[in-house]
Amino acid sequence: MTATQDAPATQPEIGRERRRKEDQRLITGRTRWTDNIVLPGMLHMAMVRSPFAHARITSIDTSAAKASRNVVTVITGADVAEEQGALPNAWPITPDQVTPAHPPVAVDRVTFAGEIVAVVVARTAAEARDAAELVDVEYDELPAALDLKAAAADEVLAHPDLGTNKSALWVFDSAQAGTGGDVEEAIAKARDGGVVIEREYRQQRLIPAFMEPRSVVVDPTGEQITMWSATQIPHILRFLLAAVLGVSESKIRVIAPDVGGGFGGKLQTTPEEFISMVIARRLGKPVKYTETRSESLMAAHHGRDQWQKLTLAAEADGTVTGLKVELLADLGSYVSLVGGGVPVLGAFMFNAIYKFPAYHFACQTVLTNKVWTDAYRGAGRPEATYAIERLMSELAAELGVDPLEIREKNWITHEEFPFTTVAGLEYDSGNYEAATAKAKEMFGYDELRAEQLRRREAGDPVQLGIGISTFTEMCGLAPSRVLGSLDYGAGGWEHASVRMLPTGKVEVITGASAHGQGHETAFSQIVADRLGVPFEDVEVLHGDTQIAHKGLDTYGSRSLVVGGEALVKAADKVIEKAKPIAAHLLEASVDDIEFSAGRFGVRGTDQGLGIAEIALATFAAHNLPDGVEPSLDSDATYDPVNFNYPHGTHLCAMEVDTETGQVSMRKYVCVDDIGNVINPLIVAGQVHGGLAQGIAQALFEEAVHDESGTLVSASFVDYLVPTAADLISFEVDHTTTPSLTNTLGTKGVGEAGTIASTPAVVNAVVDAVRHLGVTDIQMPCTPERVWRAVNGAGRGGSDPTTGDAAPHFGGAEANQHSDAADTADRTDGAGQ
Amino acid sequence: MTHVTPDVPSRASEQGSRHHMKIELTVDGAKVSDDVEPRMLLVQYLREKLGKTGTVIGCDTSNCGACTVHLDGTSVKSCNVLAVQADGGEVTTIEGLAQGGELHPVQQAFHECHALQCGFCTPGMIMQSIDLLNDNPAPTEQEVREGIEGNLCRCTGYQNIVKAVQRAAGAPSGEGVTL
Repeated sequence: MTATQDAPATQPEIGRERRRKEDQRLITGRTRWTDNIVLPGMLHMAMVRSPFAHARITSIDTSAAKASRNVVTVITGADVAEEQGALPNAWPITPDQVTPAHPPVAVDRVTFAGEIVAVVVARTAAEARDAAELVDVEYDELPAALDLKAAAADEVLAHPDLGTNKSALWVFDSAQAGTGGDVEEAIAKARDGGVVIEREYRQQRLIPAFMEPRSVVVDPTGEQITMWSATQIPHILRFLLAAVLGVSESKIRVIAPDVGGGFGGKLQTTPEEFISMVIARRLGKPVKYTETRSESLMAAHHGRDQWQKLTLAAEADGTVTGLKVELLADLGSYVSLVGGGVPVLGAFMFNAIYKFPAYHFACQTVLTNKVWTDAYRGAGRPEATYAIERLMSELAAELGVDPLEIREKNWITHEEFPFTTVAGLEYDSGNYEAATAKAKEMFGYDELRAEQLRRREAGDPVQLGIGISTFTEMCGLAPSRVLGSLDYGAGGWEHASVRMLPTGKVEVITGASAHGQGHETAFSQIVADRLGVPFEDVEVLHGDTQIAHKGLDTYGSRSLVVGGEALVKAADKVIEKAKPIAAHLLEASVDDIEFSAGRFGVRGTDQGLGIAEIALATFAAHNLPDGVEPSLDSDATYDPVNFNYPHGTHLCAMEVDTETGQVSMRKYVCVDDIGNVINPLIVAGQVHGGLAQGIAQALFEEAVHDESGTLVSASFVDYLVPTAADLISFEVDHTTTPSLTNTLGTKGVGEAGTIASTPAVVNAVVDAVRHLGVTDIQMPCTPERVWRAVNGAGRGGSDPTTGDAAPHFGGAEANQHSDAADTADRTDGAGQ
Repeated sequence: MTHVTPDVPSRASEQGSRHHMKIELTVDGAKVSDDVEPRMLLVQYLREKLGKTGTVIGCDTSNCGACTVHLDGTSVKSCNVLAVQADGGEVTTIEGLAQGGELHPVQQAFHECHALQCGFCTPGMIMQSIDLLNDNPAPTEQEVREGIEGNLCRCTGYQNIVKAVQRAAGAPSGEGVTL
């Protein structure tokens, strides 16, 4: 069943198109999803959720539900108040961050529509759901803080007891940091003879929408409590469960079995996980909870949701001199595990690939009565990349030059690496010229520009637009010391074990916990090359804290560049450990032992032993040199010296029907540079999927709430995850500029497509109708928005969904954010 | 009156019970008979009663297609069919697809074209693709895209799925440059 067209085993594994080991179980239906787990005596839970965005709970009557068929118990927040603790917040970005306590089950007040107010436990899932309908909750509805700008002005309080919705203000200023000049000076100078581009962009609220709904099973009946969860973070989850519930880590085992997608959406310690632990321990029986899709869309975390106010300063020739960024970021009703810090990740990427000398960033995080936001594919970097790539195209339009020319004028040239940016990051390597040249050729840039001109001149109702995004991102999270300096609550190292088994097979353990990325295959390739063993002989284990006993899990494109490098180190230790054993068995000097292609040879002779023979010898341990421990295995923990910086050039051609507002993608070309590629097949797949998600933000997806705070897009009928028919086939290629921060020379790829594609698509849509007076269309660029932009353009406004031009932020004196009150009449797209 | 679904009420009265109904069907080649609640969905029956967990549930609204199986040779979303409606029918799930240890050509093509990542949508996507190819043995790219429109995938961007379906149909495997 493994027949593939892979090449013979003599070629290096790294760089080879290996078909995935994971596939066999996934294509035959033998996958182990959490919801597949059935345990003896297992009970099922259903959640009773608030229909209101903000309300006081005046009474809960559980008697009818308790009397219902096969119901074991019904639990409210008050019932478990002593046990439940508060959900953790791992990234307080300022010492004075306002962080409301987050009980897994609401006690006396609900703060978003979908919050859990009671839990029904029954013998079957259907009975639990039936009985959940019978829980009678009375609410006293309170005014809800829903609009981000109004919330920032404290017009309505999400948590009245806190007295403010402002959670934290985080500021970076290049003049103060010593990394660059003063942005106000740059802007003042640009106003006097240069160019100033001022824009306001909305990063609409998105939903990660992993295909497998979240599911959790807890078995408290053994010596340990075992939790299976559809999570990205089994290790972090175990630590936090232990810390919050006061149980020793060694008494908790967390297993992330096959996990059906994450995209950051399973990077959480969820209320449902804590509730499952509390109830299973209380009842002494296994319990299961699997969310419905509407629960998932309503109550699993959302992403993005920012207003950005941007001021770009440039000289008359297009040389950018400074950028000022003022953000409002909607955290939702609680500060989630790392959601408070997501905008801070973006802070380092607004300067992107450009070397302008002055930068100011201020972000106000804001509490509202919506579900919390947290990491969503790219986390902070898509928001930043969108802003700068839109601005660069606007600058080009303002100056009447080609948008590629503006980028070339301002980017860091290949000769200038390593380069310390105005945000203080050191980019190790990059070659923007090479990627751009390749993309331009693949795209047929000049021909499409000529066609665009022809259509404009002919007044064609269907216009053509060309969008560009030359992006870089910061990934491979990351150096623990740097994360510490940002007050992030965890390190960025990763752990690996490489164990030679007596038969010569290799067991590899990684702390990176996969959810579709192909770790088992890519990691097998790395170890097979390093140890000179067949790819098929390597078995990769992950996602179980009992087996992978330490690790920091999978997010931020860190698995390969951090976890993969840990594997290299562990494999190298195995080789070093084997050398004296080989020398001993071959009666040679250790200095004469050479390791190559799986064999320890004696220099200058044809004598040698295969690594499998050494493995067996260390297992038998009959004849080892003095002081050498039996068994041939090793552990390594790797903490990288730096992030890494994949980059690329994405070009998109969009057709826009000016009569209907309909947009359709004509062509999409991307040339990414992620350094050395381990498995081209997996990389291409990651790029395709990433592009689809970024394009979805540009054109389709939006979490929409009505005026009462109910999520309108709470099903796949309303939340428009693109279908196959909504997308085209992308043309994907690469250039190779190895990273200098890991020996594999590789950079992360999981988030690149998402980060780069959103601005490429919107730049193309705007480009198609710019000659009609349109300078912006807020996302998603639905036919209605495009039509309105085109039809409103002649009357002086470009896009009626854009916020008004009044200042919303405090600017350099960024502590004053109350002037946002002036803008409460803005439309944010709700209900559109 | 035209019958569009099995005669559920009369069977219920035959059984003399409002709570359970007797059904007989063939699932992946094996005959099964059971008493089920009338409201039980086919996907619940497959997963919960038969332990056929290869078929999964991704949404509540029959939009995602993760639960797609074949009923009498045609793809259906098994969250959209009551178990009692399958009475007398023949159901094939992803677990019944490989014969004698040999993968179905569409399964093999999904593997070869890297047409899956997390794999959650994959069983439904494969079942839908087989039905599509039964109707149209040589679909164009656009026909494949429209043919699998009812099945959502969040990982692959669909590109390699389209390629896999075309490869299974014997078309040249898309020449697109891979990274």
